[in-house]
Amino acid sequence: MAEHGAVLLEARGIDKSFFNVKVLDGVDLTLRTGEIHALLGENGAGKSTLVKILTGAYRRDAGTLRLAGEEIEPLSVAEAQALSIGTVYQEVNLLDNLTVAENLYLGRQPLRFGMVDRRRMRADARALLARYGLDVDPDETLSAYSVAIRQVIAIARAVDLSGRVLFLDEPTASLDAREVEMVFSILRRLRAEGLSIVIITHFLDQVYAIADRITVLRNGRMVGSAAIADLPRRDLVSLMLGRELEAETHRRPVEVAVDDGPAAFRFRNFGRRGSVRPFDMDIRHGEVIGIAGLLGSGRSETAFLLFGIDKADSGTVEIDGKPVTLSSPVDAISHGFGFCPEERKTDGIVADLSVRENIVLALQARRGWARPIGYRESLALAEHYIKALDIRPPDPERPIKFLSGGNQQKAILARWLATDPRLLILDEPTRGIDIGAHAEIIRLIEKLREEGVALVVISSEIEELVAYASRVVVLSDRTHLRELTGDEINAATIVNAMAMAAGEAA
Amino acid sequence: MRKLKRLAPQIVALVLVLFAVTLAVPGFLSISVQNGRLYGSLVDICVRAAPVALLAIGMTLVIATRGIDLSVGAVMAITGAIAATLVADNQPLVVVLLVSLGIGLACGLWNGALVALLDLQPIIATLILMVAGRGIAQLVTGGTILTFNDPAFSFIGSGALFGVPMPVLIWLVAGLVVGLVVRRSALGLLIEAVGVNRRASSLVGVRSRFLIVAAYAISGLCAALAGMIVTADIHGADANNAGLWLELDAILAVVIGGTSLSGGRFSITASLIGALIIQSLNTGILMSGWPPEFNLIVKAAAIVVILTLQSPTVATALSGLRATFGSASRSNSHEPTGKAGARAK
Amino acid sequence: MIRNRNLPFAATVLVFAGIYLLCVLQFPTMLSFRVAGNLLTDNAFLGVAAVGMTFVILSGGIDLSIGAVIAFTSVFVAVLVRAGVHPAVAFALALTLSTAFGAVMGMTIHYLAMPAFVVTLAGMFLARGAAFLITTDSVPISHEFLDMLKSLYIQLPGKGRLTFIGMVMLATFVIGMVLAHRTRFGANVYALGGSQQSSELMGVPAAATTVRLYALSGFLAGLAGLVYTLYTSAGYSLATVGVELDAIAAVVVGGTLLSGGSGLVLGTLFGVFIQGLIQTYIVFDGSLSSWWTKIAIGILLFVFIVLQRATLLLPRRSGKAVAFTPIPRGG
Repeated sequence: MAEHGAVLLEARGIDKSFFNVKVLDGVDLTLRTGEIHALLGENGAGKSTLVKILTGAYRRDAGTLRLAGEEIEPLSVAEAQALSIGTVYQEVNLLDNLTVAENLYLGRQPLRFGMVDRRRMRADARALLARYGLDVDPDETLSAYSVAIRQVIAIARAVDLSGRVLFLDEPTASLDAREVEMVFSILRRLRAEGLSIVIITHFLDQVYAIADRITVLRNGRMVGSAAIADLPRRDLVSLMLGRELEAETHRRPVEVAVDDGPAAFRFRNFGRRGSVRPFDMDIRHGEVIGIAGLLGSGRSETAFLLFGIDKADSGTVEIDGKPVTLSSPVDAISHGFGFCPEERKTDGIVADLSVRENIVLALQARRGWARPIGYRESLALAEHYIKALDIRPPDPERPIKFLSGGNQQKAILARWLATDPRLLILDEPTRGIDIGAHAEIIRLIEKLREEGVALVVISSEIEELVAYASRVVVLSDRTHLRELTGDEINAATIVNAMAMAAGEAA
Repeated sequence: MRKLKRLAPQIVALVLVLFAVTLAVPGFLSISVQNGRLYGSLVDICVRAAPVALLAIGMTLVIATRGIDLSVGAVMAITGAIAATLVADNQPLVVVLLVSLGIGLACGLWNGALVALLDLQPIIATLILMVAGRGIAQLVTGGTILTFNDPAFSFIGSGALFGVPMPVLIWLVAGLVVGLVVRRSALGLLIEAVGVNRRASSLVGVRSRFLIVAAYAISGLCAALAGMIVTADIHGADANNAGLWLELDAILAVVIGGTSLSGGRFSITASLIGALIIQSLNTGILMSGWPPEFNLIVKAAAIVVILTLQSPTVATALSGLRATFGSASRSNSHEPTGKAGARAK
Repeated sequence: MIRNRNLPFAATVLVFAGIYLLCVLQFPTMLSFRVAGNLLTDNAFLGVAAVGMTFVILSGGIDLSIGAVIAFTSVFVAVLVRAGVHPAVAFALALTLSTAFGAVMGMTIHYLAMPAFVVTLAGMFLARGAAFLITTDSVPISHEFLDMLKSLYIQLPGKGRLTFIGMVMLATFVIGMVLAHRTRFGANVYALGGSQQSSELMGVPAAATTVRLYALSGFLAGLAGLVYTLYTSAGYSLATVGVELDAIAAVVVGGTLLSGGSGLVLGTLFGVFIQGLIQTYIVFDGSLSSWWTKIAIGILLFVFIVLQRATLLLPRRSGKAVAFTPIPRGG
């Protein structure tokens, strides 16, 4: 194996177009032996396309690829693997219905007299995973294991298959902190063994925790590549944005004037076994309740309970002093609730319908099928919100699936605004969207608060919560641990609360 | 205008088929009035298309919810058997109609419950009734071909009103009623939303279970109507053969009508034209003196051609071509297919 | 301990044992080699076709053309034999044709990204239409070669016979089990049934696997056609209508997930046996009509589908606990 630091994989002038739209334009990437290289960029910058070209899933239109000085031409994932380039794709990586061993050795099972040698496959799988510190039953179906374990198995497979270069597309997207550390400890060891790793991630903290070099893409162009020490966070963000940020500020908001009277929405001893332990929550009009917690802490589960998607098995709800039941989203919506889910693609947008239809959908559903919103009325509504939220392109009849993530998110917000909600529950409203839309959504949250809407916002971006929340509830282990108010709301306290909780739990 | 554009491929196909048959059979297009009633091959096509057209109405809604109803042929057999039994038992016409429709509705509700409440895959859920249904129908008829002689009931199958044969009238009215109900209310939009993304629709308060059950219930009702027409037409119930494989013709009609098997956007009118196209092919082959055995082969060819045109691979290639030639087409995608497709399953 | 994924199979075996027990309690003569032998013989063509259907369903697909291909094969062979072609040659031709037919359907499904349901529906129309075109009459055949094959049987105690076609079915199941559980092709089929997207990214040759899969199903449907021809000594283009439904029912009642990715070939054998037992019971009873078979199978289908639904929900709850030992850095 080449010595550490020698150039291993080199891409020069990569071009790629889809239907005459240039997605990659003369992109360069240099990967050295034994480094962890972060590939960053906003959504649509071309990261995934670049990775797919380097790993044989797509063909490039122009440019050269060199591996250890030799020109290569991977035409398929299998060919890239044969060239020692392995990949773990986001979300879709392994097969839940197969056993662990079958997943590890699919397509290259050890054969004996032309038959799969299951005994050897099992032994090999056990030995391979032992090297990653995992003790799993190779004959168990993969679906029996957690996402983090599956991720490690996927990495083990990819490294075992290829051996020199490993591409990871958002490997930590759905892992909690402990699981991220587990994955990172494995990556560090692989790096020490001389493997070159390219990692795509949205989490800047994680980039600084693990990467040696950073390459930034913007609008299909390579806009910068530097060693981690030479690229402070501020510079990195401006590179990604392509402009100087006014300030990556985290100001404490002007003191929110919330009336002290009884809260409009009172949840008492509200909980569900296996989901969230019973909690109390008061939500007033004109305030934002922030919910902080790691993935798996019960934060999305809290939203699901509040919105009636999961039925609470304990506790009571009062709205304006009157007891109500919340046993379905229909109930919640009838009380003026709205909910923007974290999983926008699967739980949010109705992909084939137009922006207009997506915007009126919640209102129409509330009215019932027998009282349709006429075409003109729906068009007027859609045009209003397209303008108000700056949804681009401003075409109400375009299927929403052709919009970018940020614009889809705005359309989903518009969908709820059209119902004139009293309580909006937003689960990770800024996740996976570009920084421009990010800022607009934060402004919108502040504006809604000022207009007197009650909001519950779940976010893993602590600074965001600090910026707009009047109270922050910290969750851990499916428990509402602490409620922070006033001066307690700052990043350090929140993180401390979360860290302490995690420490206690462990 | 927009509607016409949507229907253009189906209309063109129908005209082409009719034109081809006219070339082989002169006088094919002529229509005459005898005894105050319309006669002619075109009328014949509309009459014979009735069962498939009726099934296609319900099937369109079911397919729009991303479902499929394999049981409609069996439901036709069941309702036909029940109608024949009641008629043979000299029950009044109203009772026959109501009970038969009620049974069709019950079958639809059963399917809908399996799909919406038990969350079974539609093809699996409706397979149960498809397999068991004919057994049930035979149970009703006692395994014999049940015949009857009742002019009132037979009128449904062979009578005419204002010169228009009853079967034609029934499917026209059924199509019109269902079409109006669906499009003048919000049912259509909500069904499309559920078909595209059921989970997201449920989360915005769309009562997806109700909508899915409703689609299968309408499908059951349509099947009951079709079953009665067939029974009335032949003056008897044949549990073995009534509606046999008609579910496939109905699905074909919907597919020809351009409604995607993966749910979402639908057009009942287009499906009805699809049913007419299928029947025109059948009748055309018969009249031009080809052996009727060709029917199946022509249908197979039709499926292959239409689905090839609709297949994602070809559609991508076509929209690529369109983009190249700069024609304004709203549906063309600039997104790499892989990215969107990755979450398809 | 039975793993979650094998629960449906266990249920199938249990149902089979239960039904057999019921039959035997009522008609003790059903516990005989003769009945067992007949069960194999009478269901041989269904069993052979069901093996192919198992592979197709495991991959997440479906093959509606099976009944039509069986009919086509039987007519094709019968007409050829009557025209003086040696049966062995006719058999080979028929199998080649049906395999190629399956392969073409597989290609259409894969390369045009069309739903298997619709492609094989077109295939069903095509094969049935082709059979009609050959002849719509029943074509009885006799040939010494066929008589020779029919005379090959293993005598079982108590006048039971394991006939040649029964052996063909059992052999098909054995080969099917080896193919499914002991070869890379089999693993690829399961992988496709899990997720085509993921399996392609993992390097499963989706195109080759899909084409081979439907070719296999076509081959086995052809073989089932030959078995059927031997069984009835005739070819008839209107025969075996709806056998694809029986085959699907056998696969599902055998514990295979209709959505693909999970199941056992051996389960299908029990699925076929269960259907055969019900039919035998009705024959023994004498007073029951044949349509009860359909109703009973419908009920079984329902029970199994609901059962699968329930077990599918079981293991999803939370991840299994795993010991993770951090390995010191710089290893």
